[in-house]
Amino acid sequence: MATSSDQQNNAMQGKDAVKRVALVGNPNVGKSVLFNALTGAYVTVSNYPGTSVEVSRGNAIIQGESWQVIDTPGMYSIHTITEEERVAREILLNETPDVVLHVLDARNLERMLAMTIQLIEADLPVILVVNIMDEAERMGLSINLELLQQRLGIPVIAAATARKRGLDEIRNAVAAYRRGSANSFSYSRLLEQDIAQVTQHMSGSYIMSPKSLALLLLQQDEEVTALFKEWDRDGYAALAEKVRQITFERRESFHLDLSLERKDIVRKLIKDVVVAPEKRVVTLGERISTLAVRPLTGVPLLLIVLYFGLYKFVGEFGAGTVVDLLEKQLFEARFNPWITTVIRHLIPWEIIQELFVGEYGIITLGVRYAVGIILPIVATFFIFFSFLEDTGYFPRLALMVDRLFKFIGLSGRAVIPMVLGFGCDTMATMVTRTLETTRERIIATLLLALAIPCSAQLGVIIGLLAQAQGALLVWGGCMLLLFIFVGILAAKVMPGEAPMFYMELPPMRLPQLGNVLTKTYTRMQWYFMEILPLFILASVLLWLGKVTGFFEKMINAMTPVMASIGLPRETAVAFIFGFFRRDYGAAGLYDLQSKGLMNARQLTVAAVTLTLFIPCVAQFLVMKNERGWKTASAIGIFVSLFAYASGYLLNQLLLLTGILA
Amino acid sequence: MNLSEKAEEILEALWVAVEEEGQLFLDPDSMAFAPDDPAYKELTTHALIEIRQGMIYVRPEGREVGKVTIRRHRLAERLMMDVLNIRGDEGEYKACQFEHLLNEGADVKVCTMLNHPSTCPHGKPIPPGACCDEARAQGDLGIVPLTEFKSGQEGEIAYIQTEDNKKMQKLMAMGVLPGNKITLVQSFPSYIFRVGYSEFAIDTNLAREIFVRK
Repeated sequence: MATSSDQQNNAMQGKDAVKRVALVGNPNVGKSVLFNALTGAYVTVSNYPGTSVEVSRGNAIIQGESWQVIDTPGMYSIHTITEEERVAREILLNETPDVVLHVLDARNLERMLAMTIQLIEADLPVILVVNIMDEAERMGLSINLELLQQRLGIPVIAAATARKRGLDEIRNAVAAYRRGSANSFSYSRLLEQDIAQVTQHMSGSYIMSPKSLALLLLQQDEEVTALFKEWDRDGYAALAEKVRQITFERRESFHLDLSLERKDIVRKLIKDVVVAPEKRVVTLGERISTLAVRPLTGVPLLLIVLYFGLYKFVGEFGAGTVVDLLEKQLFEARFNPWITTVIRHLIPWEIIQELFVGEYGIITLGVRYAVGIILPIVATFFIFFSFLEDTGYFPRLALMVDRLFKFIGLSGRAVIPMVLGFGCDTMATMVTRTLETTRERIIATLLLALAIPCSAQLGVIIGLLAQAQGALLVWGGCMLLLFIFVGILAAKVMPGEAPMFYMELPPMRLPQLGNVLTKTYTRMQWYFMEILPLFILASVLLWLGKVTGFFEKMINAMTPVMASIGLPRETAVAFIFGFFRRDYGAAGLYDLQSKGLMNARQLTVAAVTLTLFIPCVAQFLVMKNERGWKTASAIGIFVSLFAYASGYLLNQLLLLTGILA
Repeated sequence: MNLSEKAEEILEALWVAVEEEGQLFLDPDSMAFAPDDPAYKELTTHALIEIRQGMIYVRPEGREVGKVTIRRHRLAERLMMDVLNIRGDEGEYKACQFEHLLNEGADVKVCTMLNHPSTCPHGKPIPPGACCDEARAQGDLGIVPLTEFKSGQEGEIAYIQTEDNKKMQKLMAMGVLPGNKITLVQSFPSYIFRVGYSEFAIDTNLAREIFVRK
């Protein structure tokens, strides 16, 4: 890798002539909004730090030229600490972008410029985008960007990308970018000396400037250290020795000294650039924020949000009204009889007819479940979730529950995957990577797999149990208890120290309807891409099972197990469905209930067992990807046994006490 | 006046016996030095003690000097334990050696650094010095962890004290840097503070590690 960077550029461009622009910056400054605006694609954007955990790529035509745009997860500094930050820096280290757009928040110019300094120092082709200017202006800040541009020696552009402000200027600047004379910033004599001592041991030329790499080495950046081991095989020992020497000499406070020196550079840079009003302007958002984070007002507010958002909107409207309309009125009453007649006319063989329109037919069962039951519930949930996400409420919820979450070995940060889990556990399992430690990630993955029902399942179960008095309460109580019980247990059993909690609170904002809908739409799209094939596959397998008689055998085999937790043998069907999709299983229960095959006790036991039961195929695959085979299998086995045991105990308890009899 | 180490120790023992244990005098037999040790002579020459019928009595001048000496001793103990983390007998031994260096203003520096402690590690009172009275008069809390701030209180970040390097870097990246202005917005259920125009939420453990000056 120790070739000249020019050669490398040529080699890269030889491979594909497309130029690259990378978006980098602190979390929650609007990189993804800018990405969407430039590419016309859509990656999820919202109002909480850490929405993007992966790199997204898209294409854009900027002034007639084709560019690849790369969106990265937020990072606080080029010396990376968390996983997402590492992913973001990979782009800078490995991809040699032609332009790096550093996006930052105008209100926090002083804090965030420290990274601009680092990017310039790394000799990267930086353009600075000072974003969220609209809110800065509303707070009465006046910012002289020309002066800043002069002092930095790089293009500086004012923008409010969510309001489409500054987009043309950004495009022009990207197209017109020429490596110019960025100003260089120097540290104290002592630090410069240390840097020089390290750089003199560097022989090759690298993607980033030697100065910047030297500082990363001195900060004991593991990844960069490993890279040097690879790059400079011969010279590495001498380099490592020098670095070791200096880090030892400055062991007391190297990080602090460096931060303070950078802060000092920034302070000089923004002198007279930012003029703040005498008196802090308190915006409406800040007032609402205060209400949301005080326990006295925050808890009632949470309950109101849950009542209207989850219960009224998702539960009653989505799972009630819309499901009724689609499933009963459209499918059962009109579409299914019609399609059945059509298929019977078209296909003479009964067995093939069964595949499409039979009891487990692809159309009469698969499509009906997917469109009639799951779609409305998931759609309403995602609208609710996206809206809440864009207001900036979740970080506030996180700080409200942090103390409680510590008991189950999690930090408040985990509230976001947990709430998202009520939408889709598969998506939520992916989001657990924003948690700090492996321990937290495993506990969160386990709890998601076990005790958090996804929206489709939740909707069906609420609809199902609402009809039996008290059943919903028993089910809810069980879930909450088991969630806490397993959480506390996991926190006790899992080795590792208690997590720490820190989170940036984004300002509360009024969500933009367009973004909420687009986001819901893309989530739905993702969801459907994932579930529809599985639904169809499930239908086919069930049909095969029925035709070959294998299915009957399986139900027979499961009958004693079902009977031991007091359930009729038909519920075995729902459990077999559950293997394919959690919600599919719940929807199976729904069918049984409408046929009047189960009493209140049986319904409740079945609902509890099924909610706890192993995650759907998709979630299991994500678990495997994120946590590895061993952990995923262990969780799968634990969850299945635990579900059965809980169902058994609950059934005995209900029989004994006569509750729900 | 510079007393010898032995003289200081005698004076300390005498001060504790008289001031804290309510005795009238100190029996030289309870001391580790022979009664004819020159240290006694030194103390009587400075008119800090008198010896009558073989017993040691403190003079008013000696009371003052004794108080300052015991203050240095207990400050040294605090320093050993709180800052240098040297405990037990070894801490005690080191404190005894160290206290003799705490003269000519060094005690004021140490006392301020320790934020004017009122008791020694064994729970005995540390006689307040002029610096303590001054701090109290100004209502100057000195440097305290963020947890000691009241909601709405503003201050300046003094330093971050954490063993965990990554935690430190994270905090610094969030703008928690010495010299920055900080406002504590709320302290329950989590700590919320504002630096610049950003707000951050942290838990109690982290809040304990951020030290602020009013």
